[in-house]
Amino acid sequence: MKRIYLDHAATTAVDREVVQTMMPYFTETYGNASSLHSFGRDAKNALDAGRRTVADALGAQANEIIFTSGGTESDNLALKGVGKGHIITSSIEHPAILNTCKYLTDLGCEVTYVPVDSEGMVDPGDVESAITDDTVLISVMHANNEIGTIQPISEIGSIAKDHGILFHTDAVQSFGKTEIDVQKMNIDLLSVSSHKIYGPKGVGALYIRKGAKIKPLMHGGGHELGMRASTENIPGIVGFAKAASLATERFESDTRHLTGLKDMLIAGVMDSIDDVILNGHPTERLPNNANLRFAFVEGESLLMHLDMKGIAVSTGSACSSASLDPSHVLLALGIAPEDIHGSIRFTLGRGNTESEIKYVLEVLPEIVGKLRAMSPLAGR
Amino acid sequence: MDYSEKVMDHFANPRNIGEIPDADGVGTVGNPACGDTTTVYIKVSDGRITDIKFKTFGCAAAIATASMATELALGKTLDEALAMSRNDVADALDGLPDVKMHCSNLAADALHAAIEDCLAK
Ligand SMILES: Cc1ncc(COP(=O)(O)O)c(C=O)c1O
Ligand code: FES
Repeated sequence: MKRIYLDHAATTAVDREVVQTMMPYFTETYGNASSLHSFGRDAKNALDAGRRTVADALGAQANEIIFTSGGTESDNLALKGVGKGHIITSSIEHPAILNTCKYLTDLGCEVTYVPVDSEGMVDPGDVESAITDDTVLISVMHANNEIGTIQPISEIGSIAKDHGILFHTDAVQSFGKTEIDVQKMNIDLLSVSSHKIYGPKGVGALYIRKGAKIKPLMHGGGHELGMRASTENIPGIVGFAKAASLATERFESDTRHLTGLKDMLIAGVMDSIDDVILNGHPTERLPNNANLRFAFVEGESLLMHLDMKGIAVSTGSACSSASLDPSHVLLALGIAPEDIHGSIRFTLGRGNTESEIKYVLEVLPEIVGKLRAMSPLAGR
Repeated sequence: MDYSEKVMDHFANPRNIGEIPDADGVGTVGNPACGDTTTVYIKVSDGRITDIKFKTFGCAAAIATASMATELALGKTLDEALAMSRNDVADALDGLPDVKMHCSNLAADALHAAIEDCLAK
Protein backbone atom coordinates (compact mmCIF):
# COMPACT_ATOMS: atom_id res chain seq x y z
CA MET A 1 0.00 0.00 0.00
CA LYS A 2 1.15 3.50 -0.80
CA ARG A 3 1.76 5.46 2.38
CA ILE A 4 1.23 9.19 2.72
CA TYR A 5 2.94 11.03 5.55
CA LEU A 6 1.01 14.08 6.73
CA ASP A 7 2.52 14.40 10.20
CA HIS A 8 5.53 16.63 9.55
CA ALA A 9 4.98 18.60 12.76
CA ALA A 10 5.82 15.38 14.63
CA THR A 11 9.01 14.77 12.69
CA THR A 12 10.37 14.69 9.14
CA ALA A 13 12.41 12.32 7.03
CA VAL A 14 16.05 13.31 6.81
CA ASP A 15 16.80 14.87 3.43
CA ARG A 16 19.09 12.65 1.33
CA GLU A 17 21.49 15.54 0.76
CA VAL A 18 21.69 15.94 4.52
CA VAL A 19 22.50 12.25 4.97
CA GLN A 20 25.23 12.51 2.32
CA THR A 21 26.74 15.50 4.06
CA MET A 22 26.74 13.70 7.42
CA MET A 23 28.29 10.41 6.30
CA PRO A 24 32.01 11.32 6.36
CA TYR A 25 31.64 12.61 9.92
CA PHE A 26 30.94 9.13 11.26
CA THR A 27 33.90 7.29 9.77
CA GLU A 28 36.50 9.79 8.54
CA THR A 29 36.17 13.12 10.29
CA TYR A 30 35.36 11.50 13.61
CA GLY A 31 37.68 13.48 15.87
CA ASN A 32 36.73 15.12 19.15
CA ALA A 33 36.37 18.83 18.49
CA SER A 34 38.26 19.58 21.72
CA SER A 35 41.39 17.65 20.66
CA LEU A 36 44.41 19.60 19.54
CA HIS A 37 45.57 17.24 16.77
CA SER A 38 44.46 17.34 13.13
CA PHE A 39 41.55 14.95 13.73
CA GLY A 40 40.24 17.30 16.40
CA ARG A 41 40.87 20.41 14.30
CA ASP A 42 38.89 18.91 11.40
CA ALA A 43 35.97 18.23 13.70
CA LYS A 44 36.28 21.73 15.19
CA ASN A 45 36.18 23.26 11.70
CA ALA A 46 32.98 21.36 10.92
CA LEU A 47 31.51 22.46 14.24
CA ASP A 48 32.40 26.12 13.64
CA ALA A 49 30.97 26.03 10.11
CA GLY A 50 27.74 24.48 11.42
CA ARG A 51 27.46 27.16 14.07
CA ARG A 52 27.88 29.90 11.48
CA THR A 53 25.24 28.35 9.21
CA VAL A 54 22.63 28.07 11.97
CA ALA A 55 23.49 31.58 13.19
CA ASP A 56 23.05 32.97 9.66
CA ALA A 57 19.63 31.35 9.34
CA LEU A 58 18.52 33.24 12.46
CA GLY A 59 20.27 36.57 11.90
CA ALA A 60 22.55 35.83 14.86
CA GLN A 61 26.32 35.73 15.54
CA ALA A 62 28.03 32.34 15.54
CA ASN A 63 29.07 32.66 19.20
CA GLU A 64 25.42 33.11 20.16
CA ILE A 65 24.48 29.56 19.09
CA ILE A 66 24.67 26.65 21.57
CA PHE A 67 24.08 23.20 20.13
CA THR A 68 21.85 20.95 22.24
CA SER A 69 20.14 17.56 21.95
CA GLY A 70 16.94 19.10 20.56
CA GLY A 71 14.07 21.45 21.12
CA THR A 72 13.23 20.07 24.55
CA GLU A 73 16.73 20.66 25.90
CA SER A 74 16.86 24.13 24.36
CA ASP A 75 13.59 25.04 26.07
CA ASN A 76 14.85 23.62 29.38
CA LEU A 77 18.12 25.49 29.11
CA ALA A 78 16.36 28.77 28.39
CA LEU A 79 13.86 28.52 31.23
CA LYS A 80 16.01 26.92 33.91
CA GLY A 81 19.10 28.85 32.90
CA VAL A 82 17.58 32.27 33.52
CA GLY A 83 17.43 31.74 37.28
CA LYS A 84 14.70 32.20 39.84
CA GLY A 85 11.95 34.72 39.37
CA HIS A 86 8.60 35.32 37.74
CA ILE A 87 8.06 33.82 34.26
CA ILE A 88 5.35 34.82 31.79
CA THR A 89 4.37 32.27 29.18
CA SER A 90 1.26 31.26 27.21
CA SER A 91 -1.34 28.59 27.85
CA ILE A 92 -0.66 26.85 24.51
CA GLU A 93 3.07 26.14 24.79
CA HIS A 94 4.59 22.76 24.01
CA PRO A 95 4.96 20.41 27.02
CA ALA A 96 8.72 21.11 26.87
CA ILE A 97 7.86 24.60 28.16
CA LEU A 98 4.76 23.85 30.25
CA ASN A 99 6.27 20.95 32.17
CA THR A 100 9.48 22.88 32.74
CA CYS A 101 7.35 25.71 34.15
CA LYS A 102 5.58 23.21 36.40
CA TYR A 103 8.96 22.00 37.67
CA LEU A 104 10.10 25.58 38.27
CA THR A 105 6.87 26.31 40.13
CA ASP A 106 7.69 23.42 42.49
CA LEU A 107 11.04 25.08 43.09
CA GLY A 108 9.28 28.29 44.12
CA CYS A 109 9.13 30.24 40.85
CA GLU A 110 5.95 32.04 39.94
CA VAL A 111 4.54 31.50 36.45
CA THR A 112 1.79 33.45 34.68
CA TYR A 113 0.05 31.79 31.74
CA VAL A 114 -1.46 34.36 29.40
CA PRO A 115 -4.56 33.15 27.55
CA VAL A 116 -5.13 33.03 23.80
CA ASP A 117 -8.17 34.03 21.76
CA SER A 118 -10.34 31.56 19.85
CA GLU A 119 -7.84 31.53 16.99
CA GLY A 120 -4.91 30.81 19.27
CA MET A 121 -3.46 34.31 19.32
CA VAL A 122 -1.74 35.84 22.36
CA ASP A 123 -2.58 39.48 23.02
CA PRO A 124 0.75 41.33 23.60
CA GLY A 125 -1.17 43.66 25.92
CA ASP A 126 -1.87 40.69 28.22
CA VAL A 127 1.84 39.92 28.30
CA GLU A 128 2.68 43.51 29.21
CA SER A 129 0.11 43.69 32.00
CA ALA A 130 1.40 40.44 33.50
CA ILE A 131 4.86 41.95 34.05
CA THR A 132 5.84 42.46 37.71
CA ASP A 133 9.02 43.66 39.42
CA ASP A 134 10.08 40.03 39.75
CA THR A 135 9.61 39.06 36.08
CA VAL A 136 12.83 37.59 34.70
CA LEU A 137 11.62 35.96 31.50
CA ILE A 138 8.86 36.08 28.92
CA SER A 139 8.55 32.88 26.86
CA VAL A 140 5.97 32.76 24.07
CA MET A 141 6.23 30.24 21.24
CA HIS A 142 6.64 31.50 17.68
CA ALA A 143 4.26 29.04 15.97
CA ASN A 144 2.10 26.46 17.68
CA ASN A 145 2.74 22.80 16.95
CA GLU A 146 -0.93 21.77 16.93
CA ILE A 147 -2.78 24.60 15.23
CA GLY A 148 0.08 26.45 13.53
CA THR A 149 -0.95 29.90 14.78
CA ILE A 150 1.94 32.37 14.46
CA GLN A 151 2.26 34.77 17.40
CA PRO A 152 3.04 38.50 17.21
CA ILE A 153 6.60 37.80 18.33
CA SER A 154 8.10 41.16 17.33
CA GLU A 155 5.58 43.06 19.42
CA ILE A 156 6.12 40.84 22.44
CA GLY A 157 9.87 41.16 21.91
CA SER A 158 9.76 44.93 21.98
CA ILE A 159 7.61 44.91 25.14
CA ALA A 160 10.21 42.67 26.80
CA LYS A 161 13.00 44.95 25.63
CA ASP A 162 11.25 48.09 26.93
CA HIS A 163 10.96 46.48 30.36
CA GLY A 164 14.49 45.05 30.34
CA ILE A 165 13.21 41.47 30.57
CA LEU A 166 14.66 38.54 28.63
CA PHE A 167 12.46 37.20 25.83
CA HIS A 168 12.54 33.54 24.77
CA THR A 169 10.61 31.99 21.92
CA ASP A 170 10.21 28.33 21.01
CA ALA A 171 10.70 28.42 17.24
CA VAL A 172 10.87 24.65 16.79
CA GLN A 173 7.86 24.62 14.44
CA SER A 174 8.43 27.95 12.69
CA PHE A 175 12.12 27.52 11.86
CA GLY A 176 12.42 27.03 8.12
CA LYS A 177 8.76 27.87 7.55
CA THR A 178 8.55 31.53 8.52
CA GLU A 179 11.02 34.39 8.45
CA ILE A 180 13.10 34.62 11.66
CA ASP A 181 15.46 37.44 12.55
CA VAL A 182 16.45 37.63 16.20
CA GLN A 183 17.57 41.27 15.82
CA LYS A 184 14.45 42.62 14.14
CA MET A 185 12.20 40.57 16.42
CA ASN A 186 13.98 41.53 19.68
CA ILE A 187 14.53 37.92 20.64
CA ASP A 188 17.07 37.10 23.39
CA LEU A 189 16.68 33.31 23.46
CA LEU A 190 15.31 31.03 20.74
CA SER A 191 14.91 27.25 20.53
CA VAL A 192 15.18 25.25 17.31
CA SER A 193 15.29 21.54 16.53
CA SER A 194 16.83 19.66 13.61
CA HIS A 195 14.36 16.82 13.11
CA LYS A 196 11.50 19.16 12.19
CA ILE A 197 13.44 20.57 9.22
CA TYR A 198 14.56 17.35 7.47
CA GLY A 199 17.64 17.04 9.66
CA PRO A 200 18.61 14.20 12.03
CA LYS A 201 16.91 13.63 15.39
CA GLY A 202 18.67 14.41 18.66
CA VAL A 203 20.14 17.80 17.65
CA GLY A 204 18.93 21.32 18.22
CA ALA A 205 20.18 24.71 19.26
CA LEU A 206 19.50 27.56 21.61
CA TYR A 207 20.29 31.06 20.44
CA ILE A 208 21.50 33.10 23.42
CA ARG A 209 21.91 36.80 22.76
CA LYS A 210 25.38 38.05 23.65
CA GLY A 211 25.31 39.35 27.21
CA ALA A 212 22.21 37.40 28.28
CA LYS A 213 23.05 35.67 31.55
CA ILE A 214 22.13 31.99 31.28
CA LYS A 215 23.43 29.20 33.52
CA PRO A 216 24.17 25.80 31.96
CA LEU A 217 22.24 22.61 32.72
CA MET A 218 25.12 20.30 31.89
CA HIS A 219 28.35 20.66 33.82
CA GLY A 220 31.50 18.97 32.63
CA GLY A 221 34.24 19.63 30.14
CA GLY A 222 33.30 23.17 29.15
CA HIS A 223 32.09 22.44 25.61
CA GLU A 224 29.80 24.80 23.70
CA LEU A 225 31.32 27.98 25.15
CA GLY A 226 30.84 26.55 28.63
CA MET A 227 27.09 26.36 28.14
CA ARG A 228 26.70 22.65 27.45
CA ALA A 229 29.29 20.09 28.44
CA SER A 230 29.58 16.84 26.46
CA THR A 231 31.58 15.97 23.35
CA GLU A 232 29.80 17.58 20.42
CA ASN A 233 27.66 15.43 18.12
CA ILE A 234 29.51 16.47 14.97
CA PRO A 235 27.57 14.34 12.41
CA GLY A 236 24.30 15.55 13.92
CA ILE A 237 25.40 19.18 13.97
CA VAL A 238 26.71 18.98 10.39
CA GLY A 239 23.39 17.44 9.32
CA PHE A 240 21.37 20.05 11.21
CA ALA A 241 23.39 22.86 9.61
CA LYS A 242 22.91 21.35 6.14
CA ALA A 243 19.17 21.06 6.77
CA ALA A 244 19.07 24.69 7.92
CA SER A 245 20.88 25.93 4.83
CA LEU A 246 18.59 23.88 2.57
CA ALA A 247 15.59 25.39 4.38
CA THR A 248 16.93 28.89 3.70
CA GLU A 249 17.73 28.05 0.08
CA ARG A 250 14.33 26.51 -0.59
CA PHE A 251 12.33 28.87 1.58
CA GLU A 252 10.32 30.49 -1.21
CA SER A 253 9.60 27.35 -3.20
CA ASP A 254 8.80 25.39 -0.03
CA THR A 255 6.40 28.09 1.17
CA ARG A 256 4.65 28.21 -2.21
CA HIS A 257 4.43 24.41 -2.39
CA LEU A 258 3.16 23.93 1.18
CA THR A 259 0.67 26.80 1.03
CA GLY A 260 -0.75 25.43 -2.22
CA LEU A 261 -1.23 21.93 -0.84
CA LYS A 262 -2.62 23.18 2.47
CA ASP A 263 -5.16 25.45 0.77
CA MET A 264 -6.14 22.62 -1.59
CA LEU A 265 -6.65 20.27 1.36
CA ILE A 266 -8.70 22.73 3.43
CA ALA A 267 -10.88 23.84 0.51
CA GLY A 268 -11.35 20.25 -0.66
CA VAL A 269 -12.45 19.06 2.77
CA MET A 270 -14.82 22.00 3.26
CA ASP A 271 -16.37 21.34 -0.15
CA SER A 272 -16.95 17.65 0.32
CA ILE A 273 -17.76 17.32 4.04
CA ASP A 274 -20.34 19.22 6.14
CA ASP A 275 -19.77 20.46 9.67
CA VAL A 276 -16.01 20.94 9.46
CA ILE A 277 -14.24 23.84 11.15
CA LEU A 278 -10.64 25.00 10.74
CA ASN A 279 -8.92 25.21 14.14
CA GLY A 280 -6.50 28.09 14.58
CA HIS A 281 -6.03 31.31 12.69
CA PRO A 282 -7.26 31.69 9.09
CA THR A 283 -4.18 33.58 7.87
CA GLU A 284 -1.56 33.87 10.60
CA ARG A 285 -0.65 30.20 10.48
CA LEU A 286 2.16 27.95 9.32
CA PRO A 287 2.01 27.23 5.58
CA ASN A 288 1.90 23.47 6.21
CA ASN A 289 -0.72 23.19 8.98
CA ALA A 290 -4.37 22.24 8.46
CA ASN A 291 -6.03 21.39 11.78
CA LEU A 292 -9.64 20.46 11.08
CA ARG A 293 -12.51 19.64 13.39
CA PHE A 294 -15.01 17.06 12.13
CA ALA A 295 -18.21 17.28 14.18
CA PHE A 296 -19.78 14.09 15.63
CA VAL A 297 -16.73 11.85 15.13
CA GLU A 298 -13.88 10.87 17.41
CA GLY A 299 -10.35 11.64 16.25
CA GLU A 300 -8.61 8.40 17.16
CA SER A 301 -11.14 6.42 15.11
CA LEU A 302 -10.69 8.83 12.23
CA LEU A 303 -6.90 8.58 12.56
CA MET A 304 -7.01 4.78 12.57
CA HIS A 305 -9.24 4.65 9.49
CA LEU A 306 -6.86 7.01 7.68
CA ASP A 307 -3.95 4.85 8.85
CA MET A 308 -5.63 1.79 7.32
CA LYS A 309 -5.60 3.74 4.04
CA GLY A 310 -1.91 4.53 4.53
CA ILE A 311 -2.43 8.15 5.57
CA ALA A 312 -0.58 9.35 8.70
CA VAL A 313 -2.05 12.25 10.72
CA SER A 314 -2.43 13.16 14.40
CA THR A 315 -5.33 14.11 16.67
CA GLY A 316 -6.06 16.22 19.73
CA SER A 317 -8.71 13.78 20.92
CA ALA A 318 -8.71 12.75 24.58
CA CYS A 319 -8.98 9.12 23.51
CA SER A 320 -5.57 9.25 21.89
CA SER A 321 -3.69 10.59 24.90
CA ALA A 322 -2.44 8.40 27.71
CA SER A 323 -3.93 10.81 30.26
CA LEU A 324 -7.32 10.87 28.43
CA ASP A 325 -7.16 14.65 28.55
CA PRO A 326 -8.13 16.50 25.39
CA SER A 327 -5.51 18.76 23.80
CA HIS A 328 -4.64 21.66 26.14
CA VAL A 329 -4.16 23.85 23.08
CA LEU A 330 -7.66 23.27 21.71
CA LEU A 331 -9.12 23.66 25.22
CA ALA A 332 -7.34 27.01 25.51
CA LEU A 333 -9.12 28.14 22.33
CA GLY A 334 -12.40 27.62 24.19
CA ILE A 335 -13.48 24.59 22.15
CA ALA A 336 -15.83 22.19 23.97
CA PRO A 337 -14.20 18.85 24.87
CA GLU A 338 -16.64 16.84 22.68
CA ASP A 339 -15.74 19.03 19.70
CA ILE A 340 -12.02 18.65 20.39
CA HIS A 341 -12.56 14.90 19.97
CA GLY A 342 -13.01 15.28 16.24
CA SER A 343 -9.90 17.36 15.59
CA ILE A 344 -7.32 16.06 13.14
CA ARG A 345 -3.98 17.70 12.41
CA PHE A 346 -2.59 17.41 8.89
CA THR A 347 0.95 18.79 8.61
CA LEU A 348 2.41 18.80 5.14
CA GLY A 349 5.99 18.50 4.02
CA ARG A 350 8.34 19.20 1.17
CA GLY A 351 7.83 15.74 -0.31
CA ASN A 352 4.03 15.71 -0.41
CA THR A 353 2.34 16.00 -3.79
CA GLU A 354 -0.96 17.18 -5.22
CA SER A 355 -1.92 13.62 -6.10
CA GLU A 356 -1.45 12.63 -2.45
CA ILE A 357 -3.81 15.38 -1.33
CA LYS A 358 -6.28 14.28 -4.02
CA TYR A 359 -6.16 10.77 -2.59
CA VAL A 360 -6.85 12.09 0.92
CA LEU A 361 -9.79 14.05 -0.43
CA GLU A 362 -11.05 10.89 -2.12
CA VAL A 363 -11.05 8.69 0.97
CA LEU A 364 -11.84 11.17 3.74
CA PRO A 365 -15.53 11.87 2.99
CA GLU A 366 -16.32 8.16 3.03
CA ILE A 367 -14.52 7.61 6.34
CA VAL A 368 -16.20 10.57 8.02
CA GLY A 369 -19.55 9.45 6.61
CA LYS A 370 -19.07 5.94 7.96
CA LEU A 371 -18.16 7.20 11.45
CA ARG A 372 -21.00 9.69 11.47
CA ALA A 373 -23.43 6.96 10.49
CA MET A 374 -22.53 5.13 13.68
CA SER A 375 -22.32 8.22 15.89
CA PRO A 376 -25.14 8.78 18.38
CA LEU A 377 -24.31 12.49 18.24
CA ALA A 378 -24.90 12.97 14.50
CA GLY A 379 -28.30 14.15 13.38
CA ARG A 380 -29.52 14.95 16.88
CA MET B 1 -1.45 1.89 19.84
CA ASP B 2 -1.17 -1.86 19.68
CA TYR B 3 -4.63 -3.27 19.01
CA SER B 4 -5.17 -7.00 18.43
CA GLU B 5 -6.27 -8.23 15.02
CA LYS B 6 -9.74 -8.90 16.38
CA VAL B 7 -10.05 -5.33 17.66
CA MET B 8 -8.97 -4.01 14.28
CA ASP B 9 -11.42 -6.30 12.52
CA HIS B 10 -14.38 -5.20 14.65
CA PHE B 11 -13.27 -1.58 14.38
CA ALA B 12 -12.96 -1.69 10.60
CA ASN B 13 -16.10 -3.79 10.06
CA PRO B 14 -18.32 -3.23 13.07
CA ARG B 15 -21.25 -5.67 13.41
CA ASN B 16 -24.77 -4.58 14.36
CA ILE B 17 -24.45 -0.86 13.74
CA GLY B 18 -27.62 1.17 13.76
CA GLU B 19 -30.79 1.80 15.72
CA ILE B 20 -33.93 -0.22 16.41
CA PRO B 21 -36.87 2.18 16.16
CA ASP B 22 -39.24 -0.10 18.12
CA ALA B 23 -36.63 -1.38 20.58
CA ASP B 24 -37.73 -3.10 23.78
CA GLY B 25 -34.82 -1.54 25.63
CA VAL B 26 -32.40 1.33 25.01
CA GLY B 27 -29.32 2.14 27.05
CA THR B 28 -26.98 5.11 26.65
CA VAL B 29 -23.78 5.46 28.62
CA GLY B 30 -21.13 8.16 28.55
CA ASN B 31 -17.52 7.45 29.35
CA PRO B 32 -16.53 9.71 32.23
CA ALA B 33 -12.84 9.19 31.48
CA CYS B 34 -12.82 10.68 28.00
CA GLY B 35 -16.36 11.85 27.31
CA ASP B 36 -17.44 9.32 24.67
CA THR B 37 -20.88 7.75 24.23
CA THR B 38 -22.41 4.41 23.30
CA THR B 39 -26.11 3.59 22.82
CA VAL B 40 -27.37 0.00 22.66
CA TYR B 41 -30.83 -1.00 21.35
CA ILE B 42 -32.33 -4.46 22.00
CA LYS B 43 -35.34 -6.45 20.84
CA VAL B 44 -36.38 -9.17 23.28
CA SER B 45 -38.69 -12.12 22.89
CA ASP B 46 -39.24 -14.96 25.38
CA GLY B 47 -36.52 -13.50 27.56
CA ARG B 48 -33.91 -13.70 24.80
CA ILE B 49 -32.19 -10.94 22.86
CA THR B 50 -33.39 -11.43 19.28
CA ASP B 51 -31.99 -8.25 17.76
CA ILE B 52 -29.36 -5.80 18.91
CA LYS B 53 -27.88 -2.63 17.44
CA PHE B 54 -25.48 0.05 18.65
CA LYS B 55 -24.13 3.49 17.95
CA THR B 56 -20.82 4.75 19.29
CA PHE B 57 -19.00 8.05 19.37
CA GLY B 58 -15.59 6.95 20.55
CA CYS B 59 -12.18 5.51 19.87
CA ALA B 60 -11.34 2.34 17.98
CA ALA B 61 -11.52 0.31 21.21
CA ALA B 62 -14.95 1.72 22.04
CA ILE B 63 -16.29 0.82 18.59
CA ALA B 64 -14.73 -2.65 18.61
CA THR B 65 -15.96 -3.49 22.12
CA ALA B 66 -19.49 -2.32 21.30
CA SER B 67 -19.44 -4.43 18.16
CA MET B 68 -18.16 -7.50 20.04
CA ALA B 69 -20.55 -6.98 22.96
CA THR B 70 -23.55 -6.91 20.64
CA GLU B 71 -22.30 -10.01 18.85
CA LEU B 72 -21.84 -11.87 22.15
CA ALA B 73 -25.20 -10.74 23.54
CA LEU B 74 -27.28 -11.65 20.48
CA GLY B 75 -29.32 -14.81 21.25
CA LYS B 76 -28.47 -14.76 24.96
CA THR B 77 -31.12 -14.65 27.70
CA LEU B 78 -31.33 -11.36 29.57
CA ASP B 79 -29.76 -12.99 32.63
CA GLU B 80 -26.87 -14.34 30.60
CA ALA B 81 -26.33 -10.95 28.96
CA LEU B 82 -26.51 -9.20 32.33
CA ALA B 83 -23.78 -11.49 33.58
CA MET B 84 -21.43 -10.45 30.74
CA SER B 85 -18.62 -8.29 32.07
CA ARG B 86 -16.27 -5.91 30.37
CA ASN B 87 -13.55 -8.51 30.77
CA ASP B 88 -15.61 -11.00 28.79
CA VAL B 89 -15.81 -8.53 25.96
CA ALA B 90 -12.12 -7.64 26.17
CA ASP B 91 -11.15 -11.33 26.29
CA ALA B 92 -13.26 -12.10 23.23
CA LEU B 93 -11.24 -9.42 21.43
CA ASP B 94 -7.94 -11.03 22.52
CA GLY B 95 -7.41 -8.23 25.01
CA LEU B 96 -7.18 -4.45 24.94
CA PRO B 97 -4.26 -2.14 25.70
CA ASP B 98 -4.33 -1.20 29.42
CA VAL B 99 -5.14 2.46 28.72
CA LYS B 100 -8.16 1.30 26.70
CA MET B 101 -9.75 -1.03 29.26
CA HIS B 102 -12.04 1.79 30.39
CA CYS B 103 -13.58 1.89 26.88
CA SER B 104 -14.92 -1.63 27.30
CA ASN B 105 -17.06 -0.36 30.22
CA LEU B 106 -18.95 1.70 27.71
CA ALA B 107 -20.16 -1.33 25.74
CA ALA B 108 -20.95 -3.55 28.74
CA ASP B 109 -22.65 -0.74 30.67
CA ALA B 110 -24.77 0.35 27.70
CA LEU B 111 -25.85 -3.27 27.15
CA HIS B 112 -26.77 -3.63 30.82
CA ALA B 113 -28.63 -0.29 30.74
CA ALA B 114 -30.62 -1.46 27.71
CA ILE B 115 -31.58 -4.68 29.52
CA GLU B 116 -32.59 -2.80 32.66
CA ASP B 117 -34.63 -0.41 30.53
CA CYS B 118 -36.38 -3.42 28.99
CA LEU B 119 -37.01 -5.03 32.40
CA ALA B 120 -38.39 -1.77 33.82
CA LYS B 121 -41.01 -1.58 31.06
C1 LIG C 1 6.87 23.61 19.64
C2 LIG C 1 7.79 22.49 20.02
N1 LIG C 1 8.69 22.67 21.00
C3 LIG C 1 9.55 21.70 21.36
C4 LIG C 1 9.53 20.46 20.77
C5 LIG C 1 10.50 19.41 21.21
O1 LIG C 1 11.54 19.27 20.31
P1 LIG C 1 12.48 17.96 20.33
O2 LIG C 1 11.63 16.83 19.86
O3 LIG C 1 13.59 18.28 19.39
O4 LIG C 1 12.96 17.80 21.74
C6 LIG C 1 8.60 20.22 19.75
C7 LIG C 1 8.54 18.89 19.08
O5 LIG C 1 7.62 18.12 19.26
C8 LIG C 1 7.70 21.25 19.37
O6 LIG C 1 6.79 21.07 18.42
S1 FES D 1 -13.79 5.79 24.12
FE1 FES D 1 -12.43 7.42 24.55
S2 FES D 1 -10.60 6.39 24.89
FE2 FES D 1 -11.91 4.82 24.21
